[in-house]
Amino acid sequence: MLNHYETAFILSPVLSEDQAKEVVVKIKDLLVANGAELINEEHWGLRKLAYPIKGKTMGFYIILQFDAEPTFVNTLETAYRRDERIIRFLTFRLDKYAFEYAERRRNKVNAPAAKEDKPAAEVVEEVVEEVVVEAPVEAPVEAVAEEVVEPVENKEE
Amino acid sequence: MAQEQEIRYLTPKTADTRKKKYCRFKKSGIKYIDYKDPEFLKKFLNEQGKILPRRLTGTSLKYQRKVAQAIKRARHLALLPYVTDMMK
Repeated sequence: MLNHYETAFILSPVLSEDQAKEVVVKIKDLLVANGAELINEEHWGLRKLAYPIKGKTMGFYIILQFDAEPTFVNTLETAYRRDERIIRFLTFRLDKYAFEYAERRRNKVNAPAAKEDKPAAEVVEEVVEEVVVEAPVEAPVEAVAEEVVEPVENKEE
Repeated sequence: MAQEQEIRYLTPKTADTRKKKYCRFKKSGIKYIDYKDPEFLKKFLNEQGKILPRRLTGTSLKYQRKVAQAIKRARHLALLPYVTDMMK
């Protein structure tokens, strides 16, 4: 039985662009070799880390989405651990909502290319647009954003 | 009778005027919370990077668990810090 998975990993910033690509190709080959099907890939490029990992403050972020057998995850993570160029990784199964979300995100990114989108914010916008069609209410977006902040201030006072 | 109607308050009554909290995910129909968007997740963190309790954010239990999951994934991938000061 195939499951949907998503895996993200961070590459050491010491590598050059070409070396980083080489690692990605290696991981992708591993996917294909084990009968997994690559659905989507995202390259965020060199990005600052929120905290240092192994003395590094930057890293290449790569995110892959694939379908595979559950047993393959172990194989993949073993490969991650053996590779010193990978400083951090995360693999998890996508549930049906996550899969739908990933699909939407993929379409968004591919269709209006070269747009930096904020995924969760997009979802809110979509929903609000639908609301507007039914009845012209524009308040919800701002209300949602501000609502959370207020109670915090109350607490601190 | 006439006197009772003339009661005035120096400060307007505050009771029952507080806005009721609601779960933003239920309201806007978001089913999955993405760990790849740290800016959005920051709404659920305090200045030290701790996850805010439901009683402050109004998130329902179901989605609070998902928020927590997403935040922990983001922390693991260094998209969000585990501990910090002055995040906002």
